Amino acid sequence: MSHSQSSRTALLWHIGVWALFALVIVVLPYIFTSSSSISMMSQMGVFIIFALSYNMLLGQAGMLSFGHAVYFGLGGFFTLHAIRAVNDEVWQFPLELMPLIGGAGGLAFGILFGSISTRRAGVTFAMITLGIGSMVESSANMFTDFFGGESGISGNRVTDVTLFGFSYGPSIQVYYLIGAWTVIAAVAMYLLTKTPLGRISNAVRDNPERAQFVGYNTTIARFIQFSLSGFFAGIAGGLFAIMFEIMTAPNVGLVQSGAVLLMTFIGGVGLFFGPIIGAVLVTYMHTALSGFSEGWILYFGLMFVFMVMYAPGGIAGVIYAHAAPWRAGLFRRLLPGYLLALIPALLAIAGLVAVVEMGYQLSLAYDPSSPIELFYMQINATSVVSWLVALLVLAAGIGGVLGAARVVRARWAEVNRSMQAPGAKT
Amino acid sequence: MSDALTLANVHKRFGETPIIRGVDLAVAPGERHAIIGPNGAGKSTLFNLISGRYTPSEGEISLHGKRISGLAPHQINRRGLSRSFQITNLFQNMTVFENLRCSLLWAQGYKYSFWHLVGRQAALNEAAEQWLERLGLSARRDVPASLLTYAEQRTLEIGTTIAGGADVILLDEPTAGMGLAERDHTMAMISEVTQGKTLLMVEHDMGVVFELADRISVLVYGQVIASDTPEAIRANAAVQEAYLGEAH
Ligand SMILES: Nc1ncnc2c1ncn2[C@@H]1O[C@H](COP(=O)(O)OP(=O)(O)OP(=O)(O)O)[C@@H](O)[C@H]1O
Ligand SMILES: [Mg+2]
Repeated sequence: MSHSQSSRTALLWHIGVWALFALVIVVLPYIFTSSSSISMMSQMGVFIIFALSYNMLLGQAGMLSFGHAVYFGLGGFFTLHAIRAVNDEVWQFPLELMPLIGGAGGLAFGILFGSISTRRAGVTFAMITLGIGSMVESSANMFTDFFGGESGISGNRVTDVTLFGFSYGPSIQVYYLIGAWTVIAAVAMYLLTKTPLGRISNAVRDNPERAQFVGYNTTIARFIQFSLSGFFAGIAGGLFAIMFEIMTAPNVGLVQSGAVLLMTFIGGVGLFFGPIIGAVLVTYMHTALSGFSEGWILYFGLMFVFMVMYAPGGIAGVIYAHAAPWRAGLFRRLLPGYLLALIPALLAIAGLVAVVEMGYQLSLAYDPSSPIELFYMQINATSVVSWLVALLVLAAGIGGVLGAARVVRARWAEVNRSMQAPGAKT
Repeated sequence: MSDALTLANVHKRFGETPIIRGVDLAVAPGERHAIIGPNGAGKSTLFNLISGRYTPSEGEISLHGKRISGLAPHQINRRGLSRSFQITNLFQNMTVFENLRCSLLWAQGYKYSFWHLVGRQAALNEAAEQWLERLGLSARRDVPASLLTYAEQRTLEIGTTIAGGADVILLDEPTAGMGLAERDHTMAMISEVTQGKTLLMVEHDMGVVFELADRISVLVYGQVIASDTPEAIRANAAVQEAYLGEAH
């Protein structure tokens, strides 16, 4: 049968892709060897799990949550308390499995809060998650035994209770622990999309009414999906706790919840791998840009607005949009427009960065007239000429991008026509 | 032996406006029952009441002698009643195959399982493939529902309704907006796939109605003014006056 044959090919393909994913994780520390890279890549793993768990809600079940850090953060706190218990020798539990404690905490609170929030869908659901998020964040001030007050709680991940004999003192060992969990959790969440629950979550997202008329209670479907999503968020939080050995109240807070939303959205909610891209990119930007500029949140916000307006499917959506032209052998025809847009786009970004950085220099620097180092140049923020040049570059860049956008659109129209032409393979 | 579907003095008001005004109806098991009536008579509202989308303001609805009015749509569906929509109501982002498979999941007992992989459930996939074939949609297996032609969407709407195996089927204007050839084809398909089931159908085309139905009920302004065999309905003076006469 052709169907069983094609499903076997599909299976091999899936295994291949995940094996590649695992391989990349194994190999990366050999390429990026510095301790800051190792730390950044470890964070990427944590946020891949967190963002994928968030997409179980937003992308797969159509639930926009503003409070997902609750399950991440509580998972982290539970894990750290468990580690402290092992530190204090009141309990024995291998460090490798500690993320499961976080998962259990995330699941328990996912069940608790999910049973309230998933009774409603849409905007009401979003508002309830916001309320729960701020409630948990503020309760951190009340339950100081658990949350540790201002300073948070900390522990020592070197517990000497392990399965595989590593100490998990060196950050590279933690990296591989996180890497292993990233693969396990990502594969598990991927497989979940292929289960009846996963399919029905999609159905409830697309058309909750019809889902009811094929026998499903949409509240229960959303509730189970929500609880499981809390489980994986808790695992991510547990790994976060192991990595940093400290948890503070903001880890359960609304800023953290907003961050995972942004990551997931920028990566793309419509495809499973979208949040992986988002987590990697945003973590990179955070690490790279926050060292470079005070304005990184601003850049980040601009990028988010840009994505929402022009690429609502996120980066994964952009990639996916090119799959059909690629398969039809028409991708080449799109390239000239993109290349044409690239140069003015870089100009526009350079102009924008110059404007923003000079602005920060003027308003924040101790001595605003001290030159700033930008694009291998010394720029004086107090000089009118610098501002004129920067604005000119920005304007020219935007103008160029708008011009190139017309070429890109025309090329796309042409490619779409060729793909729809009779006899074209789709 | 109890009727498959019974409506007893069913009323529905939206605010102050009465839309369904005391409907009594009995549909025997295995019967093909058509509901006809002018636009705005309340036919779709009646279906919404039976299928649990709305709850009656008054009166009682029973399925196989057991009360279903007041239950949620999914509960009514699980008791063996399934409905289609006048305005196509599918999982638009899912492929044709996925749509059919989703409508089989509960019926085949998977519930909310997160420990089965749907791709590996041979019986489930086999059943979905068979439905593709019966509906004549095999060539469109992997096309998202939103990209189907209108007639194909209507066909899938019917398939999604029936695939779950319910024994009481409600179809709301299944052939509305179709061309003549498509309509004949669809009616033949409906007749085939509802073999042995109880069918309640809203339909405007009199040719279709008189050919397929065992019995016909005429709904006018929220009330059933006649419920009888096609021949008797054709001969009924009140129906002539209230509906058939003015429609043609
Ligand atoms: N949810 C609602 N709220 C208020 N009024 C409604 C609602 N649903 C239906 N109605 C009204 O009830 C009346 C009957 O509508 P219904 O859709 O049941 O008619 P119908 O017989 O199916 O007509 P058609 O042949 O056009 O499909 C209409 O006047 C409609 O406006
Ligand atoms: Mg109607």
